[in-house]
Amino acid sequence: MSTRIATGGRLLNKSKAVSFSFNGKQLRGYQGDTLASALLANDQMLVGRSFKYHRPRGIVAAGPEEPNALMNLGRGGQFEPNQRATTTELFDGLEAASQNHWPSLEFDVGAINTHLSRFLPAGFYYKMFIHPRPFWKHVYEPIIRHSAGLGKAPKDRDDDTYEHFHAFCDVLVIGGGVAGLEAARTAALSGAKVILLEQTAHWGGRAPVDGGSVEGKSITDHVDTLVAELAVMDNVQMRRRTMGAGVYDHGYVLGYESLKDHAPKTKGPRHRLWRIRAGHIITATGAIERPLSFAGNDIPGVMLAAAVRDYLVNFGVSVGDRTVVVTNNDDAYRTAIALVEAGLTVPAILDARVLPVDSPLMARAKELGIRVMMGHAIASVKGGKRVTSVAVCSQAGEGAALETIECDAVAMSGGWSPVVHLWSHCGGKLVWDSALASFRPDVDNAPTGADGHGFVTAAGAAAGFFGLDDILHDAHAAADGVVTTLGFKLPASATSPNAARQEESPLAPVWMMPQGANAKLREKTWLDYQNDVKVSDVRLAAQEGFVSVEHTKRYTTLGMATDQGKLSNINGLATLAGALDADIPTVGTTTFRPPYHPISLGAIGGEARGDVFQPLRRTPLHDWHDVNGAEWEPVGQWRRPYAYKRSGESTHDAVMREVANTRDKMGLLDASTLGKIIVKGPDAGKFLDMLYTKMMSSLKPGKCRYGLMCSENGFLIDDGVVARIDDDTFLCHTTTGGADRIHQHMEEWLQTEWWDFKVYVANVTEQYAQIAVVGPNARKCLEKLGGMDVSKDALGFMEWVDGELGGFKCRIYRISFSGELSYEIAVDAGLGQAFWDALMVAGNDLGVMPYGTECLHILRAEKGFIMIGDETDGTVIPQDLGLNWAISKKKEDYLGKRAQERSHMVDPTRWKLVGLETTDGSVLPDGAYAVGEGKNENDQRNMIGRVTSTYHSPTLGKGIAMGLVLHGPDRMGEVLDFPGTDGKTYSAKIVDPVFYDKEGEKQNV
Amino acid sequence: MLILTCPNCGVTAEETEFHAHGEAHLTRFGPGASDDDFENYLFMRDNPKGVHFERWRHVYGCGKWFHAARDTVTLEMFGTYTAQTSTVPQDIIDKIAERRPEWHPPEGA
Amino acid sequence: MSEPISALNGAAYKDGIVEITALDPVGMITLRGDLGAGYLKKPLKKITGVDMPEVRGIKLNQDQGIAWMSPDELLVICPHADVATHLETLNNAIGSNHAMSVNVSDARAVFRLRGKHIREVLAKLAPVDTSPGAFEPGTIRRSRLAQVPAAFWMVDAETAQLVCFRSVAQYVFDLLKTAAQPGSEVNHYRR
Repeated sequence: MSTRIATGGRLLNKSKAVSFSFNGKQLRGYQGDTLASALLANDQMLVGRSFKYHRPRGIVAAGPEEPNALMNLGRGGQFEPNQRATTTELFDGLEAASQNHWPSLEFDVGAINTHLSRFLPAGFYYKMFIHPRPFWKHVYEPIIRHSAGLGKAPKDRDDDTYEHFHAFCDVLVIGGGVAGLEAARTAALSGAKVILLEQTAHWGGRAPVDGGSVEGKSITDHVDTLVAELAVMDNVQMRRRTMGAGVYDHGYVLGYESLKDHAPKTKGPRHRLWRIRAGHIITATGAIERPLSFAGNDIPGVMLAAAVRDYLVNFGVSVGDRTVVVTNNDDAYRTAIALVEAGLTVPAILDARVLPVDSPLMARAKELGIRVMMGHAIASVKGGKRVTSVAVCSQAGEGAALETIECDAVAMSGGWSPVVHLWSHCGGKLVWDSALASFRPDVDNAPTGADGHGFVTAAGAAAGFFGLDDILHDAHAAADGVVTTLGFKLPASATSPNAARQEESPLAPVWMMPQGANAKLREKTWLDYQNDVKVSDVRLAAQEGFVSVEHTKRYTTLGMATDQGKLSNINGLATLAGALDADIPTVGTTTFRPPYHPISLGAIGGEARGDVFQPLRRTPLHDWHDVNGAEWEPVGQWRRPYAYKRSGESTHDAVMREVANTRDKMGLLDASTLGKIIVKGPDAGKFLDMLYTKMMSSLKPGKCRYGLMCSENGFLIDDGVVARIDDDTFLCHTTTGGADRIHQHMEEWLQTEWWDFKVYVANVTEQYAQIAVVGPNARKCLEKLGGMDVSKDALGFMEWVDGELGGFKCRIYRISFSGELSYEIAVDAGLGQAFWDALMVAGNDLGVMPYGTECLHILRAEKGFIMIGDETDGTVIPQDLGLNWAISKKKEDYLGKRAQERSHMVDPTRWKLVGLETTDGSVLPDGAYAVGEGKNENDQRNMIGRVTSTYHSPTLGKGIAMGLVLHGPDRMGEVLDFPGTDGKTYSAKIVDPVFYDKEGEKQNV
Repeated sequence: MLILTCPNCGVTAEETEFHAHGEAHLTRFGPGASDDDFENYLFMRDNPKGVHFERWRHVYGCGKWFHAARDTVTLEMFGTYTAQTSTVPQDIIDKIAERRPEWHPPEGA
Repeated sequence: MSEPISALNGAAYKDGIVEITALDPVGMITLRGDLGAGYLKKPLKKITGVDMPEVRGIKLNQDQGIAWMSPDELLVICPHADVATHLETLNNAIGSNHAMSVNVSDARAVFRLRGKHIREVLAKLAPVDTSPGAFEPGTIRRSRLAQVPAAFWMVDAETAQLVCFRSVAQYVFDLLKTAAQPGSEVNHYRR
């Protein structure tokens, strides 16, 4: 059984007990434990069920490479699935539950799959569920959906907050082990600005577990000294619990800081996403131990040899009383030695190698009385929910058992793979290192940055160096090289520390154990624990013709689980290479993509949730609208009142009331969102002549003119009223959505094409609250406010004037988008609310009511005024809308003119704007198409037009619409059919689009 | 995510402060242009694998347009320069030639 | 006559790691033209008491000053009540020269950030190096604050001011509050 032993546990605070629960059971651990170490201390080796076969699975590793120990953590708004027990720091009250089993972890019905595994090989789903087709939707998919997935999806809204942080440095060191610390120290001594990130809560990486000495000091003392030295350097920033998640273009790195996962009750954000821009990145990310491929290597109790050592040294946990060590390298001997020195039993070390002489580690193991069996291997592991014994065989043979050794744990080591993920994310290349039997960074092919030179350097174990002395020297040299290229200089006094060297015998690559394992053994030999991929699956894929490693990955799902194959990749591709009879470097690796380890979606979103998910733009009158019944309509990022509902009214009622009132008495519209752009300079008129289809340079100061703007390919992009302020100055109104776009459009042409034009442009949209006072009583209302002459003679239709109304400095434009007598009045935004209040008071006995955007739409549609975005959709030219009167024939050029001469633009079959009136008074469905004679090549009825705007007009008491129709203006009076999506067909007569006051008498009074 | 230096305000910032606006140094064709010339101007764009000249705007900064020369494969930046020019400045051409000896400047540059 | 009000009318947040205050209306004039021209330099000095700022510079004299916005644009800062007079002074000086001055006071919202952690709060929201040395009083940085444009500068070691568009004042205030929430110290610039 696994248990806590009396000694050891260098990371524990044994004076501080912590209680937590696992599957509802109350357990105890210590401060400093991980969830994994605390579970093991409580003999909870079984922690989950595998994805496909629901096999019992135990903890394999001690770090982020762990494939099995995935937990549902927390509850309610703090629930989160798929959290690794090995990276979860224990805290008081932690609640964990295992995943992927039913009804319980101990007894799982799905485990039947393991007995069916012969029928569930690689590609099973692809092959099985293709036919018959209809079965997919109704039978296969629901069943697969039910059984798929690991953790549960959270049901509640996340209680926590998240944030981003932008940081900048010369040198970013990722990894706070001995290599990272040395690299950071070296870089910092040159004066460079250094950030050092460490994913765990502790500095030093695994060196303190592995031991050794530096300059005569113990490794722990060395680490403590280094950390203390760095902590007082002004140019160094150190972050623990912060993982380097991804390396991107031009030295951009995402760091993932966990602030509250280990202390959920503290205030502040849970995670912080560091957006770091570094001059150069040093990846001191260490290495990950590989499992060995033998039958039964997934039975709980089979663990990585270094993990067994970690639990012993760091957490004082013995994972078994009797541990068999199986290896192809020297490092696993450290585990055997540590176990025996702690008073535990190692019945044998099975070493697949056959070596002429013993290395010092091997000699030490033998000295301790451990039975070392060279050239031996595991034929199979026995046990169900826990290892009970191993059958021993010759590595060279086919698996005939020579003896059985009773044990309750197996510590395996297949060698170490440098963590090359961050090196590779942005294009760093790899080379195969046959001595390591692994890929390592190809120093001549680093990812390149903005200057075209490499911006990532690997250091220490991540670069393929494994002896402590080599690691320190490499890290020092790497940092020295990096700071030199950045233009810093290392002082002569800064030298690399030396560590005591320990000779090791070379590793022997072992991809299958035993070497000649038969099919039956291969079917029990796991490569990818989380996705249940076996040696037999990869061989089957090869046999079926999958020669590319990327295809094999997707076919078998090898390395596609949440651990992204940290343990399985090298073994998997070695297996594929073996099956293809190719060498490993030719087969290559799959692509390493960020993040290195899963990060929370909350961290990616950062602050952008709830109220600040996206900007919401408010006019100066927003609050008034809000308390006066406004139903909001999003218009871009603005919110505009759609209608103001009174108690007992439906939205439709409110709109109808607003239309009737505005036509009969008077309405107020908040038009502040309309764009207002000042264009000034001696060439302003010439410039506007190029932007608008109509002549603007001929406009007289004091007058207004309606204008259309087209893009260079002829399509209508915006419209609005232009006012000439003085000889040099114009004010251009744009649509609500157009203000920023048209401002940019103007600047673009001025800066990139006509930079010789003497014109300045300023977007003053938000400087003003602009209020439309509309209706027969509008003038009376303004006269009540008093202060200036607003009579027809003083201020005619399409004129503007500056003045003062009721004490408010303002500019009044006599323009109308409703067909009524109308004044649009601009006051400074800071006075907008006060001015609106004054209008409401003055208009009180004149029948004033505010109106919203839907009323505005109906008023303009009754008048046949087009609306950008309704009558236009990016494919419509002004000529389609019958707006030829707004296009100058005199001008040689304007944006869009040449395009409007293109053959398709002058095609007489282009659909043209008409009015539509339903024959029964009902309202045409928005966007409905008119159908004509015959069918097209897809056997659909030919379409001859479509509805662009449609409303019920309370003024006319019937449905009115505008639409684009083939030969429309020539077909007045014709009735068209518009099939609706409701099964009904609507009939509408083609009419003039101006439904109301065709002579324009009402607006011109 | 790229970093760019705006030649107008001198700020070096990440890509999110900027907006890309497509190929640089187009010649405008207007009324009187042939159908072919106008079609080329309106629609045809180079999409080279390698050296490319682009228009960018420092949209969240000084608001000004500028030109950038960069490698579309390696993302190497050769330099940024004023938008008020219809040709590539000589110092940019020299920089590219130094980094990409096999590259030839476009016609008219 | 009514008094002008700012978008958030003096809202403040005092519970976080930085104190955030929405300032009362501030006078602001956008000036575009040839920044080297005497007809701009002279009246500006008269109005604000400061010289023309360097590229990306901001020169302040109490509640007035000049900020460099782009090679042909300045932002003149002054008391809100003085804007009309200053515009007149500027326009008279400009005369028939090609330049433009417009009142943008009410189109903006101004926030004051105060406290030890102002650099951090800004760096949470803007992709800008706000570390000591890289960002100091005298510089104005135009950038984005999360999803909207903003400009900010430091007044002294523990005070910064930030300008954004009026319509997004509430969004920016909410952003700043989130970034300054209790317990969110980064302590990145501790030394």
